[in-house]
Amino acid sequence: MAESTGFPDLDALLPRLDRLAELGADALDAEYTELLGRKAGALTLALKALPTLPLEQRRPFGAAVNALKLRFEDGFQRRRAALDEARRAAERAGRDLSMPARRQWEGSLHPVLVVLDEIVDIFRSLGFAVATGPEVETDWYNFGALNFPPDHPAMDLHDTLYVDRPPVEGEPGQGRLLLRTHTSPVQLRTLLASAPPVRVVAPGMVYRSDPFDASHAPAFHQLEGLAVDEGIAFVDLKATLAEFARRFFGPSTRVRFRPSYFPFTEPSAEMDVQCGVCGGSGCSACKHTGWMEILGCGMVHEQVLRNGGLDPERYTGWAFGMGPGRIAMNRYGIPDIRLLFDGDMRFLAQFGR
Amino acid sequence: MNVSRRWLEGFLRRELDPRDVAARLAMLGAPVDAIEPLYAGLEGILVARVTAVAPHPDADRLRVCTVDDGSGTPKQVVCGAPNVVPGGTYPFAPVGSAVPVGKGGGPLRIERAKLRGVMSEGMLCSARELGLGQDANGLWALDTDAPPGSGLDAALGLSDHRLVVDVTPNRPDLLGHKGVARELAASYGVPYRLPALPGVAEAAVPPAVKAGASGAVGSVRVAIEDAGCARFLGAVILGATVGPSPAWLQRRLEAAGVRPISNVVDATNYVMLELNQPMHAYDVTKLRGTTVVARAARAGEKLVTLDGEERALPLGALVIADLDGPIGLAGVMGGAHSEIGADTRDLFLECAWFDPSRVRKARQVVGLPTDASYRFERGVDRWNAPAAMRRCIELVLATAGGTLVDAPVDLHPEPSHPPRIFLRLARLAQVLGVALPLGEVERCLVAIGCTVVAKPDDGRLAVDVPGWRPDLVAEIDLVEEVARLHGYDSLPGDLRGARPAAQADPPAVAAIARVRRGLAGLGLREALTYPLGEPATDEAVRLLNPLSAADAALRERLLPGLARLVERNWAVRTRDVRLFEVGTVFRAGAPGARPVERTHVAAVVTGGRGPAHWSGEPEPYTLWDAKGLAEAIAELAAPGAELVPADEGWTLRLGGEAIGWAGPLAADAPPWAAPLFGVEVALRADGAAPARFRPLPEYPPVERDIALLLGAGQAAGAVVAALTGAGEPLLEEVRVLSDYRGAGLPEGTRSVAFRLVYRAADRTLRDAEVDAAEARLLAVLEAATGLRRRAADAAG
Repeated sequence: MAESTGFPDLDALLPRLDRLAELGADALDAEYTELLGRKAGALTLALKALPTLPLEQRRPFGAAVNALKLRFEDGFQRRRAALDEARRAAERAGRDLSMPARRQWEGSLHPVLVVLDEIVDIFRSLGFAVATGPEVETDWYNFGALNFPPDHPAMDLHDTLYVDRPPVEGEPGQGRLLLRTHTSPVQLRTLLASAPPVRVVAPGMVYRSDPFDASHAPAFHQLEGLAVDEGIAFVDLKATLAEFARRFFGPSTRVRFRPSYFPFTEPSAEMDVQCGVCGGSGCSACKHTGWMEILGCGMVHEQVLRNGGLDPERYTGWAFGMGPGRIAMNRYGIPDIRLLFDGDMRFLAQFGR
Repeated sequence: MNVSRRWLEGFLRRELDPRDVAARLAMLGAPVDAIEPLYAGLEGILVARVTAVAPHPDADRLRVCTVDDGSGTPKQVVCGAPNVVPGGTYPFAPVGSAVPVGKGGGPLRIERAKLRGVMSEGMLCSARELGLGQDANGLWALDTDAPPGSGLDAALGLSDHRLVVDVTPNRPDLLGHKGVARELAASYGVPYRLPALPGVAEAAVPPAVKAGASGAVGSVRVAIEDAGCARFLGAVILGATVGPSPAWLQRRLEAAGVRPISNVVDATNYVMLELNQPMHAYDVTKLRGTTVVARAARAGEKLVTLDGEERALPLGALVIADLDGPIGLAGVMGGAHSEIGADTRDLFLECAWFDPSRVRKARQVVGLPTDASYRFERGVDRWNAPAAMRRCIELVLATAGGTLVDAPVDLHPEPSHPPRIFLRLARLAQVLGVALPLGEVERCLVAIGCTVVAKPDDGRLAVDVPGWRPDLVAEIDLVEEVARLHGYDSLPGDLRGARPAAQADPPAVAAIARVRRGLAGLGLREALTYPLGEPATDEAVRLLNPLSAADAALRERLLPGLARLVERNWAVRTRDVRLFEVGTVFRAGAPGARPVERTHVAAVVTGGRGPAHWSGEPEPYTLWDAKGLAEAIAELAAPGAELVPADEGWTLRLGGEAIGWAGPLAADAPPWAAPLFGVEVALRADGAAPARFRPLPEYPPVERDIALLLGAGQAAGAVVAALTGAGEPLLEEVRVLSDYRGAGLPEGTRSVAFRLVYRAADRTLRDAEVDAAEARLLAVLEAATGLRRRAADAAG
C-alpha cells in the first residue's frame, strides 16, 4: 500500500469525523472542501483514483471509501443543521415580535351603500328583484302618474329641481324634465314594463332643492319597493315590512304602523321601529317617542295601478320608500349627513370592511 | 299646526295629558313634532286681595299694601305699581315661591326683604313677570271669583302645552282645534263640542240670509263676480270699540303661536284657529262705495297689503274689491286701506270660500304665504261658513261690543252638498286583507263625521262625508279612514305566501356589485361625490332653478368630484388617499330627447403604495400603478378595453369607442402631497365572458431573452403586440424585462429587454425547436416594426 500514491489512510481520517461537532461554520466549510470538495477533496480523489488500483483491491477499497464518504456527508449535514438551528435560535432571541406588522391597504364600501346592499339582500330573500330608472325624469313619471294633483300642497313636500332642457317629446304628460324627487317613478316604469306578479326594489339617487345642513342634502339615496299581484292586501304590507325590520334590526324588533299621506298610496302608512338607542323608553334620538321612523308605505293607489295599465279591481299592491342614508346615520351614530359626501379617509375607514 | 292643550280640553270637557295626546295623534296620522310647556312656573303663585294701601314712609313711588293671601295672616307687601288699589285682586308670589320672569329674565326667588326700611313678605305681580304678555306697567288686575289663596294657575286655567302637530296636506280639518278634538274624541270614545267662551253670551245672532250672487247687509252691498269664490258671507257690526282682547283670548292665540293684535282681529284669528275658517274684518267707513265684491284682478291693479307692501296683483287672481279697487287678495291677505284701526267703530266681517288652486297660484306669484292662504290652499269647509260667521260675531260682540245691524248675508250662488260615496265591504276586505264587522266600519266612519246608511242587500254602505273632509272623494278614501280609525296596528300582520318576482335584475346591477367589491378588494375606499356642480361643458345638463351657481348642473364625469375629495383629505393632512365611486353621469343629448345617463366607475390614488412601516417607508404611487389600476378597473368594469397612450396618460378604448381615461390628475396639492392619479371608465353591463377551463401545462417552458434597441417613437407595446400577434404556436408569453437608457447606447435610443416563454402542450421542447420558433418570431417582428435584436444580445 505504501508505494501507491493519492490514497489516503482511511483510518487516519476517522477521528476528523468526530471533530466535526466542534467546528464553526467557516471551519466546517473548509473541512468539507478538504475532504469532500469536488476538485481536491481527499475522499473525492480517492474515488477518482479507484481505476488505478489492481482489480482485486478495487471492490473492497471502493466500498470502504464510499462508506466513509457517506458517514462524512451525514456528519456534515448534522453539523450544518445544528449550526443553522443555533443561528436561528440566536435570531429568535433578538427579535421583537411586538413590532408592528406590515399590512396591505384596506378597502371599504360606503356606509350608506353597505346598508342599502343589506336591505336589498333581505328583500331578495323575500322574493324581490332589483329595478332601476333614470335620475332625470319627466314630471309625468315623478308626479302626474303618481297621482299628485296638479297645483296641490302635496307638491310643497317635494322641493323640485327642474332641468333647463326642452320638454321630452313622445312621452305621456308634458315631458317636463326634472331631477326625480323620489324613486317612486320606478313603480310606474316597472308596471308598464312587466306583468304581475311584480315584486321589485329600486335603489337610487334622488334630489331635492334642500340646501346642505346637518340633516338635509340636495341629493341622497332612496330605496323603493313595489309588490303587485292578485290578492295582495294591507296585511301583507304589514307582515313583509315587519319581517324586513326583524331581519335588518334584529329578531326582537318591534314595529308600528302609523297612518300617513302620500298621493300615490292609499291607505298610506309610516313604519316606525322601536328606538335602538333607548329601547323605547324615549330619548333625544327618537324625540322622546320611543320610536324611529323608518319608511313610508301604503297600498298602491288605484289611479297609479290604472296609470300602470292594471285594473285595480283585479290587482292590488303595496309599495314603500325608505332612506338608507338616514338608517345608516342612525345605525352608526353619524351626526351630520355632510360627512357622507366628504370622502374623508378617516371617516370611510370606520365602515364597510 | 300649533295646538293648545287647554283649547282641546275645552272641546273634550276633560283633562288631557299632552304626551298621551301626542301618542294618540301619531297613531291617527298626525304626529306631534314637539310638546312645548307654556306659562310654566306658576305653581307657587296665588290669587290675593289687597285690603289696604298706605304710603311708604321713605319713598314716594312705593306703597305698603296689606294682602289677604288666604292664609288668615295678612301679609305686608311693598309694591311700586301705580295701579294697586284697595279691594283689588292680583297675582301674589309669597315668600318661598318663584316668579317665572324676574328682572334678569330668569326665575326670581321671593324672600323676606326690607324695601327702604319696610319689611315686604312677598310680591304682587304684573302679567309680564308671570310670562303672560308684555304689559309691565302695572299689576295684573285679576277678574276672578276665586277666593284669596287659590292657586293662580288653577283659578285662571293658565298653564298650557303647545303641541306642534305635523299635519299632512290632505287633512285641512286638522288645521283647526275642532278637527284635532274630533280625532281625539274618536280615540278616547267621548263626545266633543265647541267650548263655551268666557263672557260670551249665546248672543242672538239670527241665521244668515241666503242669497245668490249678490245681496246686501246693512249699508254694504256684496257680490260674487267670479266662480272662484263659491260662498261669501258678510256681516256688519256698528259701534264696536277696538281694544285689547281679554286675557283668555290672548292666551289661546299665543298658545297657537299667533300674536294678539286687537279684540276684532283676535276674534277672526280665533275662529280660524278653532274652525279652520280664515276670516277678515274691514272698516266699513273706508269701503269706497260701501261695496264689497269678490272678483278677478284686472290688468295693472295693485294693493298695499296689511304688511305695508305695495304689491302688483296677478291678472285674474281672486281679489276682494270695493268700488275703487282691490281691498284684499282673496284668501291671502287683506289691504292696509280698510284695515281695522284703534278708532274703527263700524265693522264688516267676511267669511268666504275661495278656490284652493286659485289661492295657491296667487300666493306663489305674489310670494306671500300666510296662515289664511295655507288653509284655503288645503281646503276650508264651505258648508260650515255660517257657523264660523256666527262664532266670530259672538266673539266680536262680547269683546268689542257694538250692534249687529242685520242677519249676515250668505252669498252661495250654487248651493251644493259634500259627496255621497258608496263603500263595498268586499272591497274593504280585498284591500285590507281582513273582513271587519259592519258595526266597526260604521263606528269608524261616524267618528270622523260621516253619515252612514247601510245597504245590507248589496253589501254596500252609502256614506255622506262631512264638509270638513275635502280629501274624501272616492271609495278607497273611506277604506283608508276605516283602517285608520280601526288602527293599523289592530290589523293582522302574519306573513302569507306570495309569488316571487316575475322581473329580472337589469344586467348593470350585477356589474356594479362586482366592480364595487373588486375595487374595495384592491384597497380603495368607496366614496360618494355630490352629483351637482358647476357646468363643465356645453353638454352639461343644467338646472332651471339651482340652489346656487356652484351646483347648477349635473356632473358629466366622476373624477373632478373625486379630486375635490382628495383635496379635502389633504386639507386635514391625510396624505394617503385611495377613493373610488360608481355613479351616474349625465350629458344633455338632443333637444326633445331625454338626457343621456351612464354609469361610470372612477378611482383616485395618491400617497404611499402601502401603509407606513418601520422597516421602510413605502414608495408613493407612480404612473405605473395608475396604469395597473386602470387595467384592473377595465377588467372589472369594461372587459376587453385597451389602454391607448394619450396625452399624459391613456385613453381606454373598447370597440373603437373611447370609454375612459387614466393618468395624472391636476389638483390643489400641498407641497408634501404625493402625485395624484385618476382612472375613469364607462361601465359595461355585460361583463366578462364566462370563464372556460384550459388544461394546466404538463411540460416545462423554455425562456429566451431578447434585447431590442428602440428609437424615438418606437413603443415596447408594439413589440409585444407584434410578437403575440405573430401566431407562433410555441410562444406562451412575452414579458418586458427592463428598459435601459444611458451610457453605451446611441443618442435617443433605449435598450428594452423582453423574455419570451415557449412551451408545447404535449412534449418537452428541444433547443432546435425553440431556435426555429425564435427565428420565425424575429422575422415577423422585423417585418412589422423594422427592429432587429441587438448584436451583443445575439451573442449572449
